[in-house]
Amino acid sequence: MNISRFMGRRANWTIPYVIFMAFFVVLPLLLVVYYAFIDANGNFSLANFGKFFQQPESLKTFIYSIGIAMVTTFFCILIGYPAAYFMARAEFSTPKLMAVLFILPMWVNILLRTMSTVALFDFIKVPLGEGALIFGLIYDFLPFMIYPIYNTIQKMDQSYIEAAQDLGATRWEVFCKVTVPISMPGVYSGIAMVFMPTISTFAISELLTNNKIRLFGSIIQEHVQIGGAQLNYGAALSLIMLIIIGLTSFFGGEENEVSKDGGLI
Amino acid sequence: MQKSDYIIEVDHVSKQFDGKFALDDVTLSIKKGEFVTILGPSGCGKTTLLRCIAGFQVPTSGAIRINGEDITRIPPHERPVNTVFQKYALFPHLNVFDNVAFGLKLKKVAKGEIERRVKSALKMVGMTDYEYRNVDTLSGGQQQRIAIARAIINRPQVLLLDEPLAALDLKMRKDMQMELRDMHRELGITFVYVTHDQEEALTLSDTIVVMREGVIQQIGTPTDIYNEPVNPFVADFIGDSNILNGTMIHDRRVRFAGHDFDCVDEGFGDNMPVDVVLRPEDLYIFEPNDSAQMLATVRSCIFKGVHYEMIVITDEGYELVVQDYHGFDPEQRVGLLIRPEDIQVMRKERTENIFEGEMTDDTHVRFLQTEWECNSHEGIHAGDKVEVHVSFDDIVLEDDENDGIQTGDVHFILYKGDHYHLTIRTDDGDDLYVNTNDVWDDGDWVGINIPADKIVLQKISTHNA
Repeated sequence: MNISRFMGRRANWTIPYVIFMAFFVVLPLLLVVYYAFIDANGNFSLANFGKFFQQPESLKTFIYSIGIAMVTTFFCILIGYPAAYFMARAEFSTPKLMAVLFILPMWVNILLRTMSTVALFDFIKVPLGEGALIFGLIYDFLPFMIYPIYNTIQKMDQSYIEAAQDLGATRWEVFCKVTVPISMPGVYSGIAMVFMPTISTFAISELLTNNKIRLFGSIIQEHVQIGGAQLNYGAALSLIMLIIIGLTSFFGGEENEVSKDGGLI
Repeated sequence: MQKSDYIIEVDHVSKQFDGKFALDDVTLSIKKGEFVTILGPSGCGKTTLLRCIAGFQVPTSGAIRINGEDITRIPPHERPVNTVFQKYALFPHLNVFDNVAFGLKLKKVAKGEIERRVKSALKMVGMTDYEYRNVDTLSGGQQQRIAIARAIINRPQVLLLDEPLAALDLKMRKDMQMELRDMHRELGITFVYVTHDQEEALTLSDTIVVMREGVIQQIGTPTDIYNEPVNPFVADFIGDSNILNGTMIHDRRVRFAGHDFDCVDEGFGDNMPVDVVLRPEDLYIFEPNDSAQMLATVRSCIFKGVHYEMIVITDEGYELVVQDYHGFDPEQRVGLLIRPEDIQVMRKERTENIFEGEMTDDTHVRFLQTEWECNSHEGIHAGDKVEVHVSFDDIVLEDDENDGIQTGDVHFILYKGDHYHLTIRTDDGDDLYVNTNDVWDDGDWVGINIPADKIVLQKISTHNA
């Protein structure tokens, strides 16, 4: 076959990506599904799922994880939205410096950041635990909330604001009735990037709570590490988490339609 | 003092951006109920002026009054004006109804009344039954109508329109022009309309304000502006025109294109250099006969739908554009005639370049931010302040900007029938004026040279106390 003709077809350029995704996304997913539905002897079984609903501990951890994720996401929006707003609006001075300061922690590996947070808490004698965990999660995930919001606000046409002012809106009314609604796609992206990874976090929660608090991610990780029949249970837990996250983002997606012209996802 | 019947008064307003004047001492009064168009090429300051009236920009100096009340520093939401934006700026998160109702909801108008007024506003712009449509699904013309409805529903005293039709196609634009005229009559409020389209301005306005580089050139009715332009820029910008150098021999007698003509202008003084504007449709063209004032040869002829547009070269070598219902073939001999009242005579803004300079030694003078070689003049020595005179014809433009003593770009081109009159803006922002037969393009980067013997100096006498 003529090489140059082969390379000339644009569709052929996607082949490496398709291969990559097949091996590292689709195949692992299939493996998770496969292990979730078999028992230790390799026979088909729904026991792993039954176990999840019978074992109050897993269920409790799962609900607790969602709670933590919600609190984290809430505070990330609370802190991140105004930060993104101030950075994006040219009228405020030194937005560049602020952007750099917020993005700067992202240059450092998330585990290193968490370990230094632990060291910092140690140093100022703050006990590790739930409070430290939430602080750490907010600190780790805040940039992922700020960036998409910043992006949508910055790309927002200035004339929307002027039109609102022209129609009689005060600064506050402009913010509430125009800026916030138009920047919602950015907020949705931010939620997707903060909420979901938080549920499956395990290293951060272990470090920041001295292993006292376990999030859903930790439970999955522990079971998978033990192996054997536990591996199947861990796979089932992973699948449950994926399905629930998938459902929430599907429901979010209905109103999230606008995100095609803003946001990160 | 009597109460003025002006609704908007712009009083010596200037606006600077980074030291550059977007508006330079603009004074303008607009009567209640008038349809005023601010017209000019892009970058002339027309939008800045509108934004100052709307409140999105605060003038560097000067004042703006609405109904006699100084609103220069009042924020936009407290002004009795509403704006129709060029790019519509409809809120994407709201449907048509909520977009139109936006202003009324902010004012906490009762729900029933909002509904009634939205309906009537939509009816006015011909968009009944579109209430619950998403704004993204509307065409450009429909969005523009919603933008107009959103503005007029607040019953502003003044409606500001910033090139509202610029994004529409020609047919739609013509329709909307007519509708805007009707709307203006029906609403009875003052319209201030910004456009770069001279035809739109002539069609719509009661009054046209022609702007250029932040300065108002002329204010007048469409017929005034068209028939009596005050300078070559206005003549050139509004409609097609032939602009020629001329001399006012005495009252009612003017010489141009190598002939003397009767005209109706007086008061210029005898033998004064002037600019003459001839509209292409005012030139009569016919087979050569005794009534011809000039003889010419047709160079080209284009059919324009209603009329023919011909370029003719007179026997004296002047190129003129002529429009007539009757076409003449290229190479055909024709006679031309102009009626006295169709000759528009304008005072020349300048007849030569004049700069302020300072002698660095006997044969060098510094002006236009650089040093030029000149002939020595008696009694003028180093350190003297001088006035530098250079004729339009004596400035040499170089293709390669490195060949010039100074560099600049071609800022404005005026064809004068047998030569081009260029405005060259130097890198330091000074203007100089050049007559040339060479063809340059707007924005061309040129080198500027002046031969030493063409620099004429006059000492400025300094009076020391």
